[in-house]
Amino acid sequence: METIMSILVGVLFTIGTYLILTKSLIRIILGTSIISHGVHLLILTMGGLKSGGPPLLGIGTTTFTDALPQALILTAIVINFATTALFLVLSYRAYQELGTDNTAEMRGDENE
Amino acid sequence: MTILHIMILIPFVFAIFVPLFYKYFNKRLHTGWFVILIPIIIFVYLLQLIPKIASGATIYETIPWIPSFGINLDMYVDGLSLIFGLLITGIGALVILYSIYYLSKEKEALHNFYVYLLLFMGAMLGLVFSDNILVLYVFWELTSISSFLLIAYWYEREKSRYGAQKSMLITIFGGLAMLSGFIMLSMITDTYSIREMFAMSETIIAHDLFLPAMILILLGAFTKSAQFPFSIWLPDAMEAPTPISAYLHSATMVKAGIYLVARLTPIFGGTAEWFWIISTVGLITLLYGSFNAVKQIDLKGLLAYSTISQLGMIMSLLGIGSAALYFGYGNEAAMYAAAITAAIFHMINHSTFKGALFMVVGIVDHETGTRDIRRLGGLMTVMPITFTVALIGSFAMAGLPPFNGFLSKEMFFASVVKVMEMDAFNMETLGVLFPIIAWVASIFTFIYSMILVFKTFRGKYKPERLEKKAHEAPIGMLIAPIILASLVIVIFFFPNVIADLLLVPAVAAILPSLMEENVLEIHISAWHGFSAELYMTIGVVVIGTIMYLTLKKWTKVYRLYPQNLTINALYNNGLESSQRIAASITNKYMTGYTRDYLAYIFTFFVLLIGGTLIVSNSITIDLTNDAPVNIFEMAIILSMLVAAFTVLLAKSRLTAIISLGVLGYLVSLFFVIFRAPDLALTQLVVETVTTALFLLCFFHLPKFKEQTKKQKKGVPFKPLNLIISIAVGAVVTVFALSANGTQIFEPIASYYEDSYELAGAKNIVNAILVDFRGIDTMLEIFVLCIAALSVYTMIKLRLSRREK
Repeated sequence: METIMSILVGVLFTIGTYLILTKSLIRIILGTSIISHGVHLLILTMGGLKSGGPPLLGIGTTTFTDALPQALILTAIVINFATTALFLVLSYRAYQELGTDNTAEMRGDENE
Repeated sequence: MTILHIMILIPFVFAIFVPLFYKYFNKRLHTGWFVILIPIIIFVYLLQLIPKIASGATIYETIPWIPSFGINLDMYVDGLSLIFGLLITGIGALVILYSIYYLSKEKEALHNFYVYLLLFMGAMLGLVFSDNILVLYVFWELTSISSFLLIAYWYEREKSRYGAQKSMLITIFGGLAMLSGFIMLSMITDTYSIREMFAMSETIIAHDLFLPAMILILLGAFTKSAQFPFSIWLPDAMEAPTPISAYLHSATMVKAGIYLVARLTPIFGGTAEWFWIISTVGLITLLYGSFNAVKQIDLKGLLAYSTISQLGMIMSLLGIGSAALYFGYGNEAAMYAAAITAAIFHMINHSTFKGALFMVVGIVDHETGTRDIRRLGGLMTVMPITFTVALIGSFAMAGLPPFNGFLSKEMFFASVVKVMEMDAFNMETLGVLFPIIAWVASIFTFIYSMILVFKTFRGKYKPERLEKKAHEAPIGMLIAPIILASLVIVIFFFPNVIADLLLVPAVAAILPSLMEENVLEIHISAWHGFSAELYMTIGVVVIGTIMYLTLKKWTKVYRLYPQNLTINALYNNGLESSQRIAASITNKYMTGYTRDYLAYIFTFFVLLIGGTLIVSNSITIDLTNDAPVNIFEMAIILSMLVAAFTVLLAKSRLTAIISLGVLGYLVSLFFVIFRAPDLALTQLVVETVTTALFLLCFFHLPKFKEQTKKQKKGVPFKPLNLIISIAVGAVVTVFALSANGTQIFEPIASYYEDSYELAGAKNIVNAILVDFRGIDTMLEIFVLCIAALSVYTMIKLRLSRREK
């Protein structure tokens, strides 16, 4: 399972990277979202898969999956959400101000 | 603080007060009158040291600066540094006196001038008296900086700025090379003290770093002393006010390199490398300078090239003299020691006559408004005193009796003739070139000396070509050149006073091993007699006169040389093309496109991480510990792949956003399968909100026609992007697999499983978030807050570009 998950993460990274390398702002944000999914799954995989029950005491299981990666991912999800929201609003404003979503057209003047 | 230290630091301290004097007293009294006191005080102090130094004693004083690194203000006075000290302060005082009459107190920014001048004087004094090489370096760069400021004194002129920049670039280049040479020296000897290095000369010469250290230090000396091919800055430095040219660019700063070479002769001298580098560079400079001086039409340009030439002569004498250390003791050594004596002697003489000549040129410029030889002429009767001084200076420069230049030129010829007979360093074959080059250069020296004095002062007086009506300079302006010119004659008639008092201790400082033997004195006194050098001088005069008289016929020679191959052209082109190349390289990779920078970053990620994985041989793929896979999981994985590819290939953005949502929900399904209920919950909620945000953003996009076209196009296909992305994905996969295959130690998760006892919580993940690792959560809340505030600000705050 870990091998398959590693490959899945690799594919997600590939797609995310490809999207980030395009010129459209929205696609770049889509790309970062996909990469962040990949990262979350990667952390989860690194913690080991299916070695026990959910990390909740008092539900009858004696072995638990590793709770630490889960806590880390939870933090990462929230931070990722915050930045994604910020980027979205930023690109929305960029549209409004510049009238384009093409990063290749977003250039300052020569001396900047 | 000892008196010696105070003397060196006075110029710096006084420089602080110069602007005050300027502000409060300049209307009544020229600021220079205050400043002139400083060099006089130091000069008198140094004068009274002469008897002590002449008797063979030295003075060493130190005060700590950075003792823990061994960097202290170690000041050391011996014969060599004393001569330099006297020149710096003596000529300094005369130059200030001259500048009082030369620079107008109403029109010029005198406070700047004298602050820079004092800064330079202090730096120069510190340079010659420092025993600590790092302190010496500090003062060395201070002279470069103050010289830069002085050259660009009339900063509103473009030529001044060009000259200042050029001299700065070249001398700082040499200075930095010298610093690395000094550091190598201190690595070899484990000391910063020059005196202590003398004793370790043999260790240094045997060391691997000997040659690099020597070459780097010589780079510093050659750039500062305008040796070939670094001499190009000196003619351009002539844009400085004439007192500065007289002081810095003839008498003092350009001799710092001479000083350094002389000072380090006991360390490096006696080796073939030192001998050859210094004497050949010196001779080439001598010939180059004197040859080029003849074609100059600007009097200061002529003097600049003549300075280059004379410095080359002194340098070659130091090189020849260093052979004395090779022979060590005895008559053979004493013979070459005469070359060192000649070098020091000529340095003193050069300072006197070149200082006087610069002042004369300044007077001519001041009184006629031009320095162009073609416009000048016939000033002899108009300016008789100036003419006399110019005559004395020029004849001394040409090496004619009864002026001091004659003595040192004779000694120079004697040295180059003697060096022919030397049976070391391959001199048997090449030695004969030495006197030939020296003799040819002397002929040119004779010619330009004659041009200087006769083209300016003889011939027809052409008042219509001059900007002012020429008349004799005010007496104040003439005092300094007259003093220098009389020194020129006095030294000729009483050379032994100088020899006994100054030259003997100086030579003893350069050649310490010869100190015990008293053969030195004999050679300095023996300046008379019919010998080869006298006939050489006669030949110089005869051929020089003939060539001067036929000047017009052969000066066409100079036009033969291609203009684009001069060192100046090389320097200018080098500077220009280095800027152009740097700009073109930068423009090539700094494209301004985000995509390109991201491509660099990803490429480096692949190369570094992937490369490290391969190089360190750490790719381990171990499938034995894998958890089993069931069909349900496979189905989710497949759906995720489909969703991800849909995002990539979607033609409309809506499809992409919805597919992204699908991907997110599938991830949360994964969290369910992998027993992470809190994650699943959060992921569901966050994905919903994110998708909503995407849609909201999408809804607000202005509807351009072009935009709709693009929507149909989908993601453009770019092979390079694909390669980069696949490489990134592959590296991540390999990395994950390798990390999975290697478990170095057990996870610490079991500790958190006691969360009920430790934190009173049954949900372990929540206990970690708010109890065990609560700070993470707090900062994550901050992140959310900041993001929310930024979103609010971005939407609310609408400063238009014009309002900014």
